[in-house]
Amino acid sequence: MAPPGPILRMRGIGKRFPGVKALDGVDFRLLPGEVHALMGENGAGKSTLIKVLTGVYDIDDGEMELEGRPAAFSSPLAAQQAGISTVYQEVNLCPNLSVAENIFIGREPRRLGHIRWKRMRHRAGELLHRLDLDLDVSAALSTYSLAVQQMVAIARAVDVEAKVLVLDEPTSSLDAGEVAQLFRVMRRLKEQGIAILFVSHFLDQVYEIADRMTILRNGRLVGEYLTSELSQVELVGKMIGRELADLERLEGRPLARETGPLVEARDLGRAGAIEPFTLTIHEGEVVGLAGLLGSGRTELARLLFGADHAGTGSLRIAGEAANLRTPRAAIHRNLAFCSENRREEGLVPDLTVRENIVLALQAARGWTRPLPRRRQDELVAKYISALNIRPADPEQLVQNLSGGNQQKVLLARWLILEPRLLILDEPTRGIDVGAKAEIQRLVAELSDGGMAVLFISAELEEVLRLSHKVGVLRDRRLVAEVDNDEGLTSEVLTETIASGAAS
Amino acid sequence: MTVSPTSSGPLTLLRHRLFWPVVILVALLLLNVVFTDHFFSIEVKEGHLYGSLIDIVRFGAPLILVALGMTLVIATSGIDLSVGSVVAISGALACLQISDLGDQDSVGGVLGAAGVALLLSLVLGAWNGVLVAAVGIQPIIATLILMVAGRGLAQLITGGQIITVNSSPYKLIGGGYWLTLPFGIIIVLVVLALTAFLTRRLALGLLIRSVGGNAEASRLAGIGARGVVITVYTFCALCAGIAGLMISSNVSSADGNNAGLWIELDAILAVVIGGTPLSGGRFSLGGTVLGALIIQTLTTTIYSIGVPPETTLLFKALVVTVVCLLQSPAFRAKVVRRRRPAGVSPVAEEKVRVHA
Ligand SMILES: Nc1ncnc2c1ncn2[C@@H]1O[C@H](COP(=O)(O)OP(=O)(O)OP(=O)(O)O)[C@@H](O)[C@H]1O
Ligand SMILES: [Mg+2]
Repeated sequence: MAPPGPILRMRGIGKRFPGVKALDGVDFRLLPGEVHALMGENGAGKSTLIKVLTGVYDIDDGEMELEGRPAAFSSPLAAQQAGISTVYQEVNLCPNLSVAENIFIGREPRRLGHIRWKRMRHRAGELLHRLDLDLDVSAALSTYSLAVQQMVAIARAVDVEAKVLVLDEPTSSLDAGEVAQLFRVMRRLKEQGIAILFVSHFLDQVYEIADRMTILRNGRLVGEYLTSELSQVELVGKMIGRELADLERLEGRPLARETGPLVEARDLGRAGAIEPFTLTIHEGEVVGLAGLLGSGRTELARLLFGADHAGTGSLRIAGEAANLRTPRAAIHRNLAFCSENRREEGLVPDLTVRENIVLALQAARGWTRPLPRRRQDELVAKYISALNIRPADPEQLVQNLSGGNQQKVLLARWLILEPRLLILDEPTRGIDVGAKAEIQRLVAELSDGGMAVLFISAELEEVLRLSHKVGVLRDRRLVAEVDNDEGLTSEVLTETIASGAAS
Repeated sequence: MTVSPTSSGPLTLLRHRLFWPVVILVALLLLNVVFTDHFFSIEVKEGHLYGSLIDIVRFGAPLILVALGMTLVIATSGIDLSVGSVVAISGALACLQISDLGDQDSVGGVLGAAGVALLLSLVLGAWNGVLVAAVGIQPIIATLILMVAGRGLAQLITGGQIITVNSSPYKLIGGGYWLTLPFGIIIVLVVLALTAFLTRRLALGLLIRSVGGNAEASRLAGIGARGVVITVYTFCALCAGIAGLMISSNVSSADGNNAGLWIELDAILAVVIGGTPLSGGRFSLGGTVLGALIIQTLTTTIYSIGVPPETTLLFKALVVTVVCLLQSPAFRAKVVRRRRPAGVSPVAEEKVRVHA
């Protein structure tokens, strides 16, 4: 069976940024009706290749062919009109517009020049329904969680009449259920002959959906492989250029010693966000939170940190009653909260890597007591190497870093505070396999040193690997609290999430 | 991804943030040489420095001050339209008090008058800051209130008249000399040094840029954004207050109607020409000083080359448009690419903000 010719072919692609060669002589091809995974570590050049392909960036070297004809797009719009539909890594929708408007922006159904709002809402609803999502499409997008926003971006992309669909880490904040929905849609599109380019750091997902993969390392092409002919171990080896020794299995978590309670929340709640819950976190304890999208994990964390005001209940920190009105107050009590939404709630794009890392520490000291530059440099250098932030240049603007490296910068900001309770909301979002293991090890180490951690992740394995105890949320309620012992597996946890019964 | 040393040499100079403002300033100055003899000569007469260049800085001093304050406000992604009114109020209040003095030449009396005027400026600035940070009114609206009401307040203080004073200590502020330098220039240098100290040596600059760059992220990082914003508006009004003293001192009178009229627009322009984006998150004090000097030089140039009075505004608008276009990286990229060989599509470096 002769394979059909590629629908898209890129040859010798090069892209330079000041001081960085992001892509260097990369070849890439995409066949119709295949799912093609683009693999590589954080900063390998995946998103850059996608942005070059879709006209966000100019090509410095190399050429591109779409359906056998030379092509170069002057803008993402031009690429879209040529049949390439893209979901970029950082969801870029308009939070102030409604869900329906976001889906149809630029291609609103019209009659005689007038937008047909009713029809637009109806079609948006239908479209989301196909992804198993039931939303109020006339509500502002900002009222929904990041995961829902990601799904809306995907809904928009799959609705466009396209020959090529590009998805840059679409699943980074989705949980198993949504991923399954997305994969169903992808398979259907694939059957229609659409070529799909897919980026993910979840190897299991890649092996489930991709037919073929292209691996990049440091901006260079490593090779193109059939998924069925490359084992996961080989893949990781090619991505990082060496064998990854002990990727999995942190040695069995020691149960938290008998330590005093650090944070005690009693009937803490906020109308519309999370029902009153009672939760105790001990020193040195890692508490995981599990639950479906929209189950209230982030909302719970925000209440503990004072990012939102609690309507009911009380909070005690280290035995003292605490009424946290602002994050500032929480930080003064040695709490830290690393948000899942690094773009809106985390990084300041115009500041450098160094400035972003020291920001919370400097804020805690106040502007009259600047952190000495020597101390800043020391701290920053320490975390750049501990988290392997690349490029290892503290004076680079953080907006120029790859998504995974930005996430590491955000994490470093909170780690240097050395808080007593560290709340991590999806801390490994968009982080590659090697760095993920590194971060998990760091969390385990810190908790052994006495720091308490509240760990939120859509990835159940990760929650199980790290936590001493797991809180399960459903429909904005904390429905169960389970000790993480031998009996707790991801199957049991999934069941608890689904049924909501305490085990 | 291979990290290579950043290229140096003429290209880096070209890419320097302040390259274009400097070029424009130099061009304007050179243009003056054609029309004014001895334009660049500076001489010492009776222990005072004289010359066209000195005059530009001297007359530009109030604008530089107002623009410095405006820079910090804009860096928090705000704006302050009320600076013109604060200029008028501060001048009016100082002159009113001095005219009530038994001895207008009393140094203590003048200092007291200036102090009260500056204190009122601080209060007005704090009012702006509270409206923006605590009440949550959009900066442009919040400061529009004082822009309009402030003129009324200045009228009230002067009683609708122009107050003239005859006080030599007061005259020093805007028209006098100290250590051969015009006193106004010394004030500018002091305020500039103070601003640089607060923003660079202390951490105020970092917090301002953070609040301007991403307010919600700053809040979650524990920055007291409210305090930062109020500080910045207060500082801006203080600068405007000092400028008000200078302006009224220079003419020995206070005019509630016309003092500082439209200075907010020149100040905003100076800030933007200096490379501080209106969207906030970044600022350049040096750029702002250059921007203010460009505007002042432009005003001087208009007089010296004899542009007919009825077209001065038009001429100024034209030059400002050119300056702003030259300053815009997007515009420069367009022009450069136009000239590139055909076959390559004319695309800007990054046309949409799509993040990594
Ligand atoms: N606008 C830019 N300016 C300077 N450097 C950039 C810019 N965009 C990307 N880079 C650099 O190019 C390299 C590749 O980045 P890219 O975003 O393509 O990585 P990636 O493979 O998508 O990584 P991740 O898995 O973290 O998303 C990185 O080193 C990054 O720092
Ligand atoms: Mg990426």
